[in-house]
Amino acid sequence: MTEQVDTGRRHFLTVATVATAAAGAAFVAVPFLASWKPSARAKAMGAPVEVDISKLETGAMVKIEWRGKAVYIVNRTPEMLASLKTGDNRLRDPESKESEQPEFARNEARALKPEYLVIIGVCTHLGCAPLDKFTPGDPTVSSDWPGGFFCPCHGSKFDMSGRVFKDVPAPTNLSVPPYRYVSDTRILIGAESENA
Amino acid sequence: MRTSVLVLAVALAPVAAFASGGEAKLDHANIDISNTASLQRGAANFVNYCLGCHSAKYVRYNRMAADLGLTEQQVIDNLMFTGERPHDTMKIGLNPDDAKRWFGVVPPDLSLIARSRGSDYLYSFLRSFYADPSRPSGANNIVLPGTAMPDVLWELQGIQEAVWEGHVDAAGNAQRHFKEFKLVTPGKLSPEEYDGFVRDTVSFLEYIAEPAQLQRRSLGFPVIAFLLFFTLLAWALKKEYWKDVK
Amino acid sequence: MASTSQTTPSGGGRLGALTAWIDDRFPMTKMWKEQAAEYYAPKNMNFWYYFGSLALLVLVIQIVTGIFLTMNYKPSAADAFGSVEYIMRDVEWGWLIRYMHSTGASAFFIVVYLHMFRALLYGSYQKPRELLWIFGMLIYFALMAEAFFGYLLPWGNMSYWGAQVIVSLFGAIPVVGNSLTEWIRGDYYISDITLNRFFALHVIAIPLVLVFLVVAHLIALHEVGSNNPDGVEIKKVKGPDGIPLDGIRFHPYYTVKDLIGVGVFLILFSLVIFYAPSMGGYFLEHANFDPANPLQTPPHIAPVWYFTPFYAILRAVPSKSLGALLMGLAVVLFVFLPWLDRGKVKSIRYRGPLFKAFLFSFAIAFLVLGWLGMQPPTPLFTNLARLFTVVYFAFFLLMPWYSSIDRTKPVPTRVTYHAH
Repeated sequence: MTEQVDTGRRHFLTVATVATAAAGAAFVAVPFLASWKPSARAKAMGAPVEVDISKLETGAMVKIEWRGKAVYIVNRTPEMLASLKTGDNRLRDPESKESEQPEFARNEARALKPEYLVIIGVCTHLGCAPLDKFTPGDPTVSSDWPGGFFCPCHGSKFDMSGRVFKDVPAPTNLSVPPYRYVSDTRILIGAESENA
Repeated sequence: MRTSVLVLAVALAPVAAFASGGEAKLDHANIDISNTASLQRGAANFVNYCLGCHSAKYVRYNRMAADLGLTEQQVIDNLMFTGERPHDTMKIGLNPDDAKRWFGVVPPDLSLIARSRGSDYLYSFLRSFYADPSRPSGANNIVLPGTAMPDVLWELQGIQEAVWEGHVDAAGNAQRHFKEFKLVTPGKLSPEEYDGFVRDTVSFLEYIAEPAQLQRRSLGFPVIAFLLFFTLLAWALKKEYWKDVK
Repeated sequence: MASTSQTTPSGGGRLGALTAWIDDRFPMTKMWKEQAAEYYAPKNMNFWYYFGSLALLVLVIQIVTGIFLTMNYKPSAADAFGSVEYIMRDVEWGWLIRYMHSTGASAFFIVVYLHMFRALLYGSYQKPRELLWIFGMLIYFALMAEAFFGYLLPWGNMSYWGAQVIVSLFGAIPVVGNSLTEWIRGDYYISDITLNRFFALHVIAIPLVLVFLVVAHLIALHEVGSNNPDGVEIKKVKGPDGIPLDGIRFHPYYTVKDLIGVGVFLILFSLVIFYAPSMGGYFLEHANFDPANPLQTPPHIAPVWYFTPFYAILRAVPSKSLGALLMGLAVVLFVFLPWLDRGKVKSIRYRGPLFKAFLFSFAIAFLVLGWLGMQPPTPLFTNLARLFTVVYFAFFLLMPWYSSIDRTKPVPTRVTYHAH
């Protein structure tokens, strides 16, 4: 009956135990949260995809899939490349300051080699697949259409480098994925470029 | 009380251990998973001698590289022969229908064989082939009598014969039992070298059965140390509060 | 609006105001006081009393790890086995989550068996705790079902054949047996269809039932109050303030004590997970690392260790239907303990030599039958199983007799307690 409660010791021990338990809980949470990261299989399935472009004719486009997304590869004609110069004041972000692309694609051609455009075929508005409308003046788009991509969902327009026009719902240019050339005729999409 | 239940379970473990067909006495494999050099040799052995017929479809090349201390390029150069990529799994091209026709059974995938049969079994099995003209492949196995697997390692081990001994069983019938092997044709490796070859291969099989074991064991100490600290703290807290209870 | 709560905690400031706001709308502080801070439990609880809170801990562990496993597991015959290996190899930390769940399953039964044994030691099933005991037994039945359904999910060869054997037991029921087994399987054999429905039962149906039963179990417990190693009803001797003289507040005294139990449990749990997750084939059976093969039975089919005592009883009986009946009876008899036990005394401390002898033999029989259930059924082992089956049933069936004639010791009115 003579022993006094040492509240200081009690408080210290309680705090120490609770703090240790909380630290333990944090440690245990780590594996559970980390298990949500892409698994080895996801990384394998999301691995870079090699594309053979030797059979791609000039003016033609091929679609491949990388990480669940459509990637368009276009073998651009000289006329298509020339059309890039005429639309600057009609474009929202002609120098690709706000869009997503590797460093080497921050230019007019938005590509490592100007002849081949590699672009992610996902409209930056709400994700539809833009259609290839490469013919200038195509009546299904408009009479002053220079050629490019047209999104059927809400009418967004992009030029032959995927740069977005003003006054359309899409806010930014189409994205360019990381890629590099493993040979003159093979592109590895999803891999970092040496000259990034 | 719970510890004694645990001890009981552990003590009884050998009784319920690997008792598969044949009931042959198994040799101890004495493998050491922490021996990375052994695992690397085992990987090479596996790819060169086993992967032709046996897939290891849950094993990824790049994970194996990381765990075995190899670069991806080393794995590509030394362990990958049929154009897969490092992130692929060890699948094989053997058509199951062909396998059934040739062997009568599809060679099983080996990803988990070490957890299913045990390393002692595998070590003994790979050293227990003997010449048997009555079998389609010309070989039989003491550990798995009637196996459909041919003696694929005969060039390394050589060819051995089984020596049988007679005895009389409980019903009074004459029976024979296996006594020992006799090496009749030497192989490229001496018996000790061959044992080492098999040991390396079985080590690799142990590893691929559970790649996480390398990480699992190393985590045990810090976790349990932390829990011990917590328990001691909880005990001190309990003692302090229970001073109140008379 | 006037506050209807009791005094706002002094010095609480904003926290006190928040507490008062909640208490006006939800009985938070009231429940905390009634169930913990002012709930009185006997002060003499010993080692055997850790296992209730540990069972609750393991339930939480199984639910959390189970949820995360379900995020990556695929419940189809074609994909199940591969998805478990996907978890073990490709999912970050998947191996740890899987081992926590597999070890947790065995830990659940170790803890629950010890928890039940405590009740046998101290007569915790006797009046007025019969319903508490019944809820507990229902939890045990649900747990066995949960473990059985869960074991099919990895779709290993032991999963397949274990399910095959147990489901075919229902065929032993006369008249309806065969239709019943077909109805359970949803197919003519254990198939993808069976796997998918067992998945649904394991992941959501029985866990919901378990949680509901655990809540009922705790409500029933708090209604009558906990028993103790002396079997003395502490509510019979109260102080002038109405508080049992031998009672102490659950919080902080038992919250703090149970923390030690949690710590020790987690250490043992971690020793298994990090150093011996297969436990020599007892927690993760060797044959289950082979995919399910309807054409090849594993050399020794045995259920997981926590079912082997009952499996031994099943095999001991030469008739299939009688064996199944006795196996079922072996489990169900527990429910009737409050009525089989005619003893006036609760705790083994005051029981006579007969009860002690029968309880001790029962415990030995349970362990030996458990071991026998793992062995091949040789003539010797079968005869031993028959002997120990008799011992097992004698504990229950003879209890009305030996519990009433036993020479008991006088039970004190106050608990025995030494400060510690």
